Amino acid sequence: MAKLIDVSDLNIYYGDFLAVEDVTMTIEPRAVTALIGPSGCGKSTFLRSLNRMHEVIPGARVEGKVVMDGQDLYGSDIDPVTVRRQIGMVFQRPNPFPTMSIYENVAAGIKLNAKRMKKSDLDELVERSLRGANLWNEVKDRLNRPGAGLSGGQQQRLCIARAIAIQPDVLLMDEPCSALDPISTLAVEDLIEQLKLEYTIVIVTHNMQQAARVSDKTAFFNLAAVGKPGKVVEIDDTATIFSNPSQKATEDYISGRFG
Amino acid sequence: MTTTATAARGEARREARARAGDRIFKGTSTAAGILILLILAAVAIFLLIQAIPALRAPAEEVMGGEGLLGYIAPLLFGTILSSVIALVIATPLAVGIALFISHYAPRRMAQGLGYAVDLLAAVPSIVYGLWGFTWLAPRLTPLYRWLSDNLGFIPLFAGPASPTGRTMFTAGVVLAVMILPIVTALSREVFLQTPRLHEEAALALGATRWETIRYAVIPYGRSGVVSAAMLGLGRALGETMAVAIVLSATGAVTFNLIGSTNPSTIPANIALTFPEATGLDVSVLIASGLVLFVITFGVNMLARWVVNRRAEFSGAN
Ligand SMILES: Nc1ncnc2c1ncn2[C@@H]1O[C@H](COP(=O)(O)OP(=O)(O)OP(=O)(O)O)[C@@H](O)[C@H]1O
Ligand SMILES: [Mg+2]
Repeated sequence: MAKLIDVSDLNIYYGDFLAVEDVTMTIEPRAVTALIGPSGCGKSTFLRSLNRMHEVIPGARVEGKVVMDGQDLYGSDIDPVTVRRQIGMVFQRPNPFPTMSIYENVAAGIKLNAKRMKKSDLDELVERSLRGANLWNEVKDRLNRPGAGLSGGQQQRLCIARAIAIQPDVLLMDEPCSALDPISTLAVEDLIEQLKLEYTIVIVTHNMQQAARVSDKTAFFNLAAVGKPGKVVEIDDTATIFSNPSQKATEDYISGRFG
Repeated sequence: MTTTATAARGEARREARARAGDRIFKGTSTAAGILILLILAAVAIFLLIQAIPALRAPAEEVMGGEGLLGYIAPLLFGTILSSVIALVIATPLAVGIALFISHYAPRRMAQGLGYAVDLLAAVPSIVYGLWGFTWLAPRLTPLYRWLSDNLGFIPLFAGPASPTGRTMFTAGVVLAVMILPIVTALSREVFLQTPRLHEEAALALGATRWETIRYAVIPYGRSGVVSAAMLGLGRALGETMAVAIVLSATGAVTFNLIGSTNPSTIPANIALTFPEATGLDVSVLIASGLVLFVITFGVNMLARWVVNRRAEFSGAN
């Protein structure tokens, strides 16, 4: 299930503005890749280009290749909808569908994909996804209550459950814990630890400890100046990045000596 | 020492002024709210007082000779029937146009269309009436003939088809065209306000554009569309000139939408009858106005109830 993604010479634009320049990296399957770097350097932009969510913004486009399983995701014969079904995404702010119940939220993606499914199978899948997101015990008695009625941390785990319910190959997470309290954060981190047994995970985070705790590989993004495109400065094993980075900029950023 | 004291005093004064501003605002807004209620009550009381003679009058003295109820009931039936036809035609169309403008059309085109719709909303109703009478009605007669020949077994199209085309159905269509712009404009505003976050949630799950609309846009906009439709219904219920011109009213109560005998509507009837009405007749007409007032009120209540029923799922929180 988990798949490897090969990114080569990727340039990402908003209209004429080059936001991220020349990214080349390999994202390993069954591993967590963390993207770190200062605000505005293009982490979210890069993440969204991996499942073709970037192009939903008017004028946004990319150049270069993103290859998963030998297939260029930006090939002319590839439907972005199919790509997004294979590469799930969790956003910075929890965004359950407000008009749907908890159950419907988790089932939403399945309904889009599989169309028809026996009620009992669907029940089982919803339960499995909610268990997978460590949320089952908290919501099993109120599956028909609105998803928006949960706490922020629960909502975020609901969004994770919704994303994994469609059994994607890859899971992208954009600062999934930035709106959460330390306990919910730990819950989500534990979850990531479990999920990486089955999924390829890419996570954006501003929290160095979090990157160090959960990731296997870390990519450091930086930009030369405001208005200049962001670039990957360094990508390596997380242990190496945090103990012995090869670039001075990386070391400065990690140790907090950043201008 | 002194400087900080002065500063603190200045601060306090500023705060007091801010509080005065609060009070003024609260006062004016409360007054405005009460004023609205007073006006509403005054209208209701006026209608009621003026209608009392009609309420008291013996049945045979009321126009038509069948009592107040016998006079108003067919009118009420016609009012509701024409408005419902208008709503049934206009709402799906309006939602479709609004979605096209907000989510499908290229940006330039969407802007142009938006302006066009707003302009249409400003066309006076008499113009729609003239259009319905001179242009639409004659062009609908072949359709009516076909309907009565082929679908005559449905009571709505029982026929015989009106030769002039000035039928209930034509009136409904004209009303639909009239309320289409306002319902479209309001729906479009609501759809445009769908939070990006919800749309992206659907997109990221692999939703197509239509699925995104079904999952994120429509649920978010539903209560807004209901309100828009109710506003349109209110306009249709109260529409006077367009119906007065288009509809050839005979006073019959019938579900046959394409025949030559049609019930009139309350506002059109008032407009047509009032100039020659005297004494008790005026009172009778005002009583029918009171009924319309109550119905419009009821429609608004109903809309509110529909919107609130699923309030906790509305995404307002
Ligand atoms: N919708 C947009 N339209 C135009 N430019 C954008 C848009 N979104 C982001 N940008 C620009 O792209 C660049 C990268 O933004 P991005 O959101 O990817 O940064 P980030 O690394 O995720 O920052 P943060 O850590 O604050 O989330 C920034 O210069 C930003 O101004
Ligand atoms: Mg970001």
